[in-house]
Amino acid sequence: MAEDEISKLIEETGAFDCVECGKCTSVCPAAVYDTEFAPRLIVVKAQEGIKDDPMTKKNIWVCLTCEMCNSMCPYKVNYTGFIQGLRSMYFRRGEVPICSQGGLVHTMQRLMAKEDLKQNRLGWVDDDIKISKDKGEVLLFTGCAYQLGTIFDDRAAFLRDVPKSAVKILNAAGVTPVVLEDEVCCGHDLLWVGDEDSFLKLMDKNIERIKATGVKKVVFTCPECFRTFDVDYQDFSEDLPFEMVHISEFVKDAIDDGKLKLRNIDKKVTYHDSCRLGKHMGIYDPPREVLSAVPGLEMIEMERSREKATCCGVNAWANCEENGKKMQIDRLKEAKGTGAESMLTFCPKCEIHFRCATHNKVPVPIEDVDIEVEDFTNLIAKALEDGE
Amino acid sequence: MSSEGEKKPGSTGGEGWEPNIVAFCCNWCSYAGADLAGVSRFQYPPNIKVIRVMCSGRVEPQFVLRALELGADGVLITGCHIGDCHYLSGNEKAEVRMKMTADLLEMLGIGRDRMRLEWISASEGEKFAETMREFTERIRELGPNPLTNGGEDSG
Ligand code: SF4
Ligand code: SF4
Ligand code: FES
Repeated sequence: MAEDEISKLIEETGAFDCVECGKCTSVCPAAVYDTEFAPRLIVVKAQEGIKDDPMTKKNIWVCLTCEMCNSMCPYKVNYTGFIQGLRSMYFRRGEVPICSQGGLVHTMQRLMAKEDLKQNRLGWVDDDIKISKDKGEVLLFTGCAYQLGTIFDDRAAFLRDVPKSAVKILNAAGVTPVVLEDEVCCGHDLLWVGDEDSFLKLMDKNIERIKATGVKKVVFTCPECFRTFDVDYQDFSEDLPFEMVHISEFVKDAIDDGKLKLRNIDKKVTYHDSCRLGKHMGIYDPPREVLSAVPGLEMIEMERSREKATCCGVNAWANCEENGKKMQIDRLKEAKGTGAESMLTFCPKCEIHFRCATHNKVPVPIEDVDIEVEDFTNLIAKALEDGE
Repeated sequence: MSSEGEKKPGSTGGEGWEPNIVAFCCNWCSYAGADLAGVSRFQYPPNIKVIRVMCSGRVEPQFVLRALELGADGVLITGCHIGDCHYLSGNEKAEVRMKMTADLLEMLGIGRDRMRLEWISASEGEKFAETMREFTERIRELGPNPLTNGGEDSG
């Protein structure tokens, strides 16, 4: 690993300004469970030019890239950017993490980067919904929910419904979205395991294909796709010529403009702010405003919510282990403790990880954690006025 | 990990293209079935590279995708007949997983026909040879793995 590479990273992410205060370590959810993990030390060792530090080598994969620390740091160090840069350096040396499912999801994403395969990704489209395959004003970026629902059929099969739910919502608001047959994975996971080359290939394909449709707006359901486009694509390429919005913002605006009405759902729910939508993108209010527009729905906040929300315990499939499981169980306990019947969230990964936590034996009484984990987009689709 | 620069098993492109097939065979049944096919001198094509696993339930979806990523044109998984698995239900799990894997291959545009799951016991040497012949022909019809750029970048 070249020394100037590290220096450049330290420079770019502001890690140079770190005063070793340790605030990052004090708020880090990973450090609560892994006492050997201290974000501060990773920065300090890099600053001191310590190369090939065994703890760093391990700890860059312990970090959940949740950005809890970024917001706390008095010197505005872009901590997650720093971790991401380190991961890319390690990846280039062939030092890769042990990923869950043997790396299945990453392989799937690399295959999409490698060749232009003629995908069959629109198996969920049927006559109930209206889409366009090439031209329009608004594009729905569907992401990997459909594929993930297939892979995790035993845990989160409901993910297969997410793209269709999103189209139903858009249709109900009078929009016929463009949905691409040759959309590829946004590349989020590959970027966060350090495989920048494959990430860039995916990015170029998506940007080129979306530009060709001439759309003015792209709507996302997945917080990771949303962040990847809005932050990373614009960082690695240039400003994108379309507006990017999260579906919660879209729905909120449509309700405000009187284009969308939601019908009664009698249910008590709680909401989990995923790190990408919350801390990374700052979207806290729109989902809550949408929930308050559903008559009959009672939303109960968890104690650790908004910027204090904890993590689902896994990032980019790279750190599914004991501590992640503990984190999930604790979060589910907290959610169940609110008395809600279900915990809503937008992130398909959070949903899979939380479902996984209770899929097999759990270390606590099952009635403490057996809260339903529900996809937010699916719930809104259920609340559409005409019942469809 | 990027597959660039890694040595890929495989076929040469164009004219002389031959299907390159990876078969994951369960130790307790079809691997022995392959032996029996051998000693009985049943002929089957040389395109198959057999990898022994302790049970068809050991085969992860990732094994199939990774083999294809590295240039295999087809992937075969063979195990004990239902009810005969040495570990009771490994093959039942394999059945569920491989169905999901096939669905995934279809979505990705690689095609579900590039993989197959078969039950072949230790006494079915003839069935082993027949399956290998049939699957090789099927892959020959399908042509090279689209990921290898028409067979060009493997080998
Ligand atoms: S990004 Fe999250 S897990 Fe990583 S060091 Fe910061 S607070 Fe800890
Ligand atoms: S909070 Fe910021 S300044 Fe303090 S130790 Fe962490 S990175 Fe350094
Ligand atoms: S032991 Fe042969 S399939 Fe399980």
